[in-house]
Amino acid sequence: MNGGLVVALPDEIRPVGHGVRNPGSLSKFPALRGARRKRAITAPVSLTQPRDCEILLTFLQGVSTNTSNWLFFRRLTVKVHEYQAKEILTRYGVAVPRGKVAFSAEQAYAIAKELGGTVVVKAQIHAGGRGKGTFTDGFKGGVKLAPTADEAAEFAKKMLGNTLVTHQTGPEGKEVQKVYVTEASSIAKEYYLGIVLDRAKQSNVIMFSTEGGVEIEKVAAETPEKILKVWVDPLLGIQPFHARQVAFGLGFKGQAFKECVKLVMALYKAHEETDATLTEINPLILSDDGHVLALDAKMNFDDSAMHRHPDVLEMRDLSEEDPLETEASKFDLNYIRLDGNIGCMVNGAGLAMATMDVIKLEGGEPANFLDVGGGATTERVKHAFEILLSDKHVKAVLINIFGGIVRCDVIAEGVIAAAKEIGVSLPVVVRLQGTNVDKGKAMLRDSGLEFSVASNLKEAAQMAVASVK
Amino acid sequence: MSILVNKETRVVVQGITGKEGSFHARQCLEYGTKIAAGVTPGKGGTSWDDKVPVYDTVAEAVKQQGVDAALIFVPPPFAADAILEATAAGVGTVVCITEGIPAKDEARVKAALCGTKTRLIGPNCPGIITPGECKMGIMPGYIHKPGRVGVISRSGTLTYEAVWQLTESGLGETTCIGIGGDPVPGTTHVDALELFNADPATEGVVLIGEIGGTSEEEAAAYIKNTMTKPVVAFIAGQTAPPGRRMGHAGAIIAGGKGTAAEKMAALTEAGATVVKSPTEIGDAMQKALKA
Repeated sequence: MNGGLVVALPDEIRPVGHGVRNPGSLSKFPALRGARRKRAITAPVSLTQPRDCEILLTFLQGVSTNTSNWLFFRRLTVKVHEYQAKEILTRYGVAVPRGKVAFSAEQAYAIAKELGGTVVVKAQIHAGGRGKGTFTDGFKGGVKLAPTADEAAEFAKKMLGNTLVTHQTGPEGKEVQKVYVTEASSIAKEYYLGIVLDRAKQSNVIMFSTEGGVEIEKVAAETPEKILKVWVDPLLGIQPFHARQVAFGLGFKGQAFKECVKLVMALYKAHEETDATLTEINPLILSDDGHVLALDAKMNFDDSAMHRHPDVLEMRDLSEEDPLETEASKFDLNYIRLDGNIGCMVNGAGLAMATMDVIKLEGGEPANFLDVGGGATTERVKHAFEILLSDKHVKAVLINIFGGIVRCDVIAEGVIAAAKEIGVSLPVVVRLQGTNVDKGKAMLRDSGLEFSVASNLKEAAQMAVASVK
Repeated sequence: MSILVNKETRVVVQGITGKEGSFHARQCLEYGTKIAAGVTPGKGGTSWDDKVPVYDTVAEAVKQQGVDAALIFVPPPFAADAILEATAAGVGTVVCITEGIPAKDEARVKAALCGTKTRLIGPNCPGIITPGECKMGIMPGYIHKPGRVGVISRSGTLTYEAVWQLTESGLGETTCIGIGGDPVPGTTHVDALELFNADPATEGVVLIGEIGGTSEEEAAAYIKNTMTKPVVAFIAGQTAPPGRRMGHAGAIIAGGKGTAAEKMAALTEAGATVVKSPTEIGDAMQKALKA
């Protein structure tokens, strides 16, 4: 439902396919640049950073049926920059330090002058850990305190066009194209405040902690008792008592207590009304002069709800995400490269996972996860087949289709067309079941190609495993 | 016997004149489902396929045709509204096939259903079928056979796999429910287990889960404490590569739960027969019913 939760991923993912209509989009992924001119991407990509996974997953996922449990990004997450999240939050009355976005050093200077006093210059990229990040030219820190406008301009100059590497960007980093210039706040104390959907309770949960300004996963792992939670009824929405629970829980008193209550109410309203899937303030601060402010802000939105939020959709930063994510939405195949040598083509994520499980149990190793989706067309099946065969580790192909929405004759047509076009030299085991199964099997038999037709999944897996041994 | 739908069930198809709705309504009708009405706002007074009267509202369909179940093929932006309309009209069983409904809408619908007599199945699911009597969904009808076992699943095609084995082995099914792959399902594994536990015709239950979420762990608790019938379970994704977490808040909620191993352990501990291979579901159920 949001950008988080469990995502099962291999350490190495190998995207291959026709979804790459705009090879330029791959420049976001330096590891894939070598493959730009090729029709298919063939370079293995080592994924060590969450952000890598996120980009690739988003790219690979596309739209398909029933994959939400397996890979989290069936619902693509729409992300915005900090300054945009704050723009949205301000609209709802969440207190944030004053600030503006700058695309040049001159603009940064003008904004710093306008704000007066010490300002903070913050690199705007879709990744956390900016403050502790390092630019590829050695310049340290994507968040800088600038006592004067001249210094603000200087920092902006160093950041803009430069590439920032943080623990979330991966080693290739992200190019900074804009900086956010805000007034500096004197921090008395830092807190954490976040809103996300709790699947188990089927309602939003407000999470808060006095351990703010640090990685919240660490707090959750090491001292889970320091993270407090309040659940909000989806129909009633936030009530003042929820907000008071948060404010009391964080230990606020007097004026700060009132400000915190107001901020929590506003934050929830913003989250709810914009169909956010994750809203996170880390840190929320108590300033030296006793005010409660959202110092940083992160918001992700539900892609399924973007039809009613054209304004949020407009905030998408094309340079940050659009090429890959737009491609993903056109890309109707889910493909994840694994280590084995039996290529799998299956319809439905659950059956695809189960097919992998059976191959393993029969002593083989699946080469991939590939879900051709519920409404697979001949063209898509053909593409899927080509993708499987372009993986050089694949020694045999197992096609397991249980037709419901997708008919077996459609699958057979695609398989035959692809096999004829590409020229298949590998053993192909086909197991078809469901709507129009006899027609599909007959087509395979009459195709003049050598397909092994299995009668059930176990037999299919055994045949495939035997063929690679 | 069966749960939720049977040969008496009178179904209204919401979105019957759309491409998907039309195709699948025809399939359901061929299977023998009593498609008593269709609803497409603005097309009231017409007839679909010269067979089924179309109404503007679900309330009208209920009034004129006495429908008691709704099958929804409405596009995602309007699906939540369609579910609520069926609920307001007093429809007892609402099956929503639609994928891609905004999470907020799902959570609200789920909360709104509390205290009503409506049960929602789905969204983002293959539907429900009582073999030989009523098919409300997109599953291929012929793989089912009237019998003794209840089936509950989060997956679509994997359910068909399990059903096919039950059919082949001669056990057959009482009712099969696809609860759907979305994070806020109208009916959970536990809800479906409760229904099957209370159904005299259901002798055993096949429960199919997947990695992610905690629905299977909750089902395990129910099986341990309340379930009186044998349960055979399969969790897809045992060989899925090691998980990662993304996004801070989400990671906290996940709290280390969601792997196939954990779910399998919880179900085993609860007394369910957990099979490692989906190909063993049929055999395992046969053994369980003999025991």
